[in-house]
Amino acid sequence: MTSPHPIASIVGILIVALSLAAGLIWLERRLLALWQDRYGPNRVGPFGLLQVLADMIKIFFKEDWIPPFADKPVFVLAPAVIVATVLLSFAVVPVAPGIIIADLNVGLLFVLAMSSLGVYSVVLAGWSSDNKYALLGAMRAAAQMLSYEVFMGLSLMGVVLLAGSFNLTRIVEAQRGLWFVIPQFLGFVLFLIAGVAETRRLPFDLPEAESELIAGFHSEYSGMKFGMFFVGEYLGVILISALITVLFFGGWLGPVLPPIVWFLLKTFVFISFFILLRASLPRPRFDQLMGWGWKVMLPLALVNLLITGAVALAWSK
Amino acid sequence: MLSVIRTIWHVFLHMFHPRVTIQYPEQKAYLAPRYRGRIILSRDPDGGERCVACYLCAVACPVDCIALQATEDQTGRRYPEFFRINFSRCIFCGYCEEACPTYAIQLTPDLEMGEYHRQNMVYEKEDLLINGPGKYPGYNFWRVAGVKIGGKDKGEAQNEARPVDLHSLLP
Repeated sequence: MTSPHPIASIVGILIVALSLAAGLIWLERRLLALWQDRYGPNRVGPFGLLQVLADMIKIFFKEDWIPPFADKPVFVLAPAVIVATVLLSFAVVPVAPGIIIADLNVGLLFVLAMSSLGVYSVVLAGWSSDNKYALLGAMRAAAQMLSYEVFMGLSLMGVVLLAGSFNLTRIVEAQRGLWFVIPQFLGFVLFLIAGVAETRRLPFDLPEAESELIAGFHSEYSGMKFGMFFVGEYLGVILISALITVLFFGGWLGPVLPPIVWFLLKTFVFISFFILLRASLPRPRFDQLMGWGWKVMLPLALVNLLITGAVALAWSK
Repeated sequence: MLSVIRTIWHVFLHMFHPRVTIQYPEQKAYLAPRYRGRIILSRDPDGGERCVACYLCAVACPVDCIALQATEDQTGRRYPEFFRINFSRCIFCGYCEEACPTYAIQLTPDLEMGEYHRQNMVYEKEDLLINGPGKYPGYNFWRVAGVKIGGKDKGEAQNEARPVDLHSLLP
């Protein structure tokens, strides 16, 4: 149930995840620039890599301000919740054979539960800020998460059916013959879209929506509290990319290269895809987002589940 | 739906496009010869100051950044006693250049004027004067103007006839 080297795994995954999240600040800016025919940060250090350090120093030295009208305990708690929930989800992600913190038999459910809890962070942040833009952002986040969580879970049930387990390691092992992206292509697309919405990334960044809501739910946040939302968002991107890899692209499975390299490579591809989405797509209107979620994605997820179930049933007979 | 995928693909292809950024301190952008940058005061082809201190530039300036004081030398040639441009106010509109009757004040394609102290943005006449005629190499105002200055009497300018001696017209 647990990994052979629990402490090493915990520390390793924590360090790697957090430093990757920080590095994503640089990666995102460079990739966005690449796709917009610019250079992005390339002055500080080699390839601008030390920009991450500069940003961190800056954000740590910013005034850590709590507005006098805010609900203080909740205001302080909210940014911690998002990072905590996402980091907890990393506990069940199998990076490579033996490199996993907790090999839960309900791993997938645990991830879904944690991502549901992450919504609290956004809603509480918006609520405690006592600011109409923040509240609007929080309301949007709540509605968006509720509607996209539903088919996010449903889109994964096909994978669970095929693998016969909620255990993420088992799911990876079940893909030895064929990656689940082929029999479950619809599920993959649905999960990808739900994942983007779940991490509140463009084009589904309606809770933030700079052009409409200033910064949405974190309008009143500054300094490292804002930084926590930032890190939480990037951790979410890494988590969803890692989950896509594990669930649909065979996790660490692959020829020649060591398993951990395969895992990181595949994850990196999806992280880049997230950034590509940000570079290319505009933000939909809120009613379009909701309509799409309930009228298109949910029925599609159900159809996918039905067909997969029927085929699996016929196969087993 | 297809258009979304098409958009993503096209943005992806931008990976292989050349970048439009000019890496400024190392690479410089092309500035046209008539670019409106740092203001200078030019000289005649024979080396004298072109400015005749007519105040037209100071009047034309919409932000009042030009200050000067007219004076004359012993031969009657007007020139500015001081000429001061406060570049922290200048908006580089070029109205002074348009107003100047002698092509003395000119804007140049130079914009690297950053300073750490605001007072350093105030340029005096010695900072503004250059050694050449700028954009109008052949032009010499005093040689075409019908004004008497040292070394040039009335009627000695280009395209100018000697003044008629009134007494010769008497019956």
